[in-house]
Amino acid sequence: MTAAQKHSGTPVQGAAPVPDTGVFGLLAEFQTVPQLMAAAEKVRDAGYIHWDSHTPFPVHGLSDAMGLKPTRLPYVVLAGGLIGGAVGLLMQWWMNAIDYPLVISGKPLFSIPANIPVMFELTVLCAAIGAFLGMLVMNGLPALYHPLLTNDRFRRATADRFFISIEADDPKFDAEGTAGFLRSLGSSAVEEVRG
Amino acid sequence: MQRADITKDNLQLGARAAKVTWLAGAIGLVAIAAAVLLGLLSSDGGESFATAYLTAFVFFLTLALGALFFVLLQHVTGAGWGVVVRRPAEAIAGVFPLFAVLSIPLLFNLHSIYPWAGGEAASDHVLAGKAAYLNVPFFLIRWIAYFGIWSLMASYFRRTSARQDGSGDPALTIKMERLSAPGMVVFALTATFFSFDVLMSRDPHWYSTIYGVYLFSGSVVGFCAVLPLLTLSLQRWGRIQHAVTREHYHDLGKLTFAFVVFWAYIAFSQFMLMWYSNIPEETSWYLRRLSGPWSGFSLILLLGHFVIPFWLLISRGVKRRPATLAFAASWVLLMHLLDVYWLTMPESSPTSLGFSLMHVLCLAGVGALMIAAVTYNLSRSALIPVGDPRLDESLSFENV
Repeated sequence: MTAAQKHSGTPVQGAAPVPDTGVFGLLAEFQTVPQLMAAAEKVRDAGYIHWDSHTPFPVHGLSDAMGLKPTRLPYVVLAGGLIGGAVGLLMQWWMNAIDYPLVISGKPLFSIPANIPVMFELTVLCAAIGAFLGMLVMNGLPALYHPLLTNDRFRRATADRFFISIEADDPKFDAEGTAGFLRSLGSSAVEEVRG
Repeated sequence: MQRADITKDNLQLGARAAKVTWLAGAIGLVAIAAAVLLGLLSSDGGESFATAYLTAFVFFLTLALGALFFVLLQHVTGAGWGVVVRRPAEAIAGVFPLFAVLSIPLLFNLHSIYPWAGGEAASDHVLAGKAAYLNVPFFLIRWIAYFGIWSLMASYFRRTSARQDGSGDPALTIKMERLSAPGMVVFALTATFFSFDVLMSRDPHWYSTIYGVYLFSGSVVGFCAVLPLLTLSLQRWGRIQHAVTREHYHDLGKLTFAFVVFWAYIAFSQFMLMWYSNIPEETSWYLRRLSGPWSGFSLILLLGHFVIPFWLLISRGVKRRPATLAFAASWVLLMHLLDVYWLTMPESSPTSLGFSLMHVLCLAGVGALMIAAVTYNLSRSALIPVGDPRLDESLSFENV
């Protein structure tokens, strides 16, 4: 029995029992960045949809190799900024010109130059909140549990190994065929991950 | 990811540079001579020439100041991405000796540009109080100091980098990095006092402590617009075609965007404090710019120098496509010209925009001479710093 087989699918020692709902997918390990890049291109071209790459550091060009579409996060940030600016303006207009009219320094009750600092701050604040929350939601975070974390080999994704995982719910997934496909891409180990 | 292959790139400007230098130089001299002649023939004692020349002089000089700032910034941050575009910046920053010479017509016309240098200064109580600083001899001393310091700094960084082309000695990079930090402090102080002297003292009763930062922010906006235009022209002439990629243009676009926003922030900071406190000695400057034809001009500046470039440059695609970036850069450069015009002209022409043939001649003259000098500087060494230890990093630079 090799080390790889021994660790395959066994829960991490001491961790809470993992609900076994069947096969989560396949995890393929790669030794180098060029191998990972070449493999990612092949997985992309083979038409898989539910799959991901895992690297210990950002790899330039991986998004293209995986065929990822540009993120839509900027639109969330833009919406946050616009909402913040509008709220800042309306709030000051309602407070100072409607609810509690107060002449300050001889300026009109509703006076844009005086309102801009608050509008600016709220624009930045809401855009930043939009970026932060939008990023969390789009990434499916916070996730307290992920099937891949049960795999011992996967721990090296934070150190010196590169991984591709293909999920079982992918329309093209087929336990035998996909495993063979991943091996043919030069993976040093392909393991089944149970979720 | 992959380092761009520059083995086939043409890294020298070559013989064509001399032609451009001579042609642009000749055009510049003829245009300035025509402007001087027109000024001598006019009945206003040369004032229309002096103010138009001041506008053109300051506009092009700020581009060089922005370039000097960029070179210092690259060294002080130890930036890798910008190595391939540092040579054009060094070449633009290398025009200070030319501008020292070009300032002679200004120095002969101080009395028609600055109220404190004219005959009425003696009877003005406020100016009498400022006379210890605002007087012609001290102005000339400061002027010589500014141009001496900037010429020395620009020449040091250009020459040291050129020397590295041959040796590839990383010690030179470390030396430049060490000097760039105090250089930045000297730059900030000289640029600030220069802005007080050259433009703010056009209305010597008025003062704004943020004025130096305002002119600085506009200078960097102007330079950030010129740099991609210059590298795109070089690439169109078949030079450095693989060295500078869309990734570098993307970053230059980001820098332009950042400084457009910074300019608006500074401009509004200055305006709001004076508008809010509403003290006559502070509002006089804005009153001139918010009445008559200048109020429309101010609105154009607000929309054109901030709102439009903000929405133009916010998109990733615009910054990464050379054609759209060139359009945005040209637009921003035009707006920087309007900004300098707006800072310079209302003092001598409060009821009209005062635009005349004189401005066209001065802008063409100073601009052509600047093109000649930049082309000459570019021809003196390779178009990218081939000996820089961070060249590989810059060639393989990618935005995530």
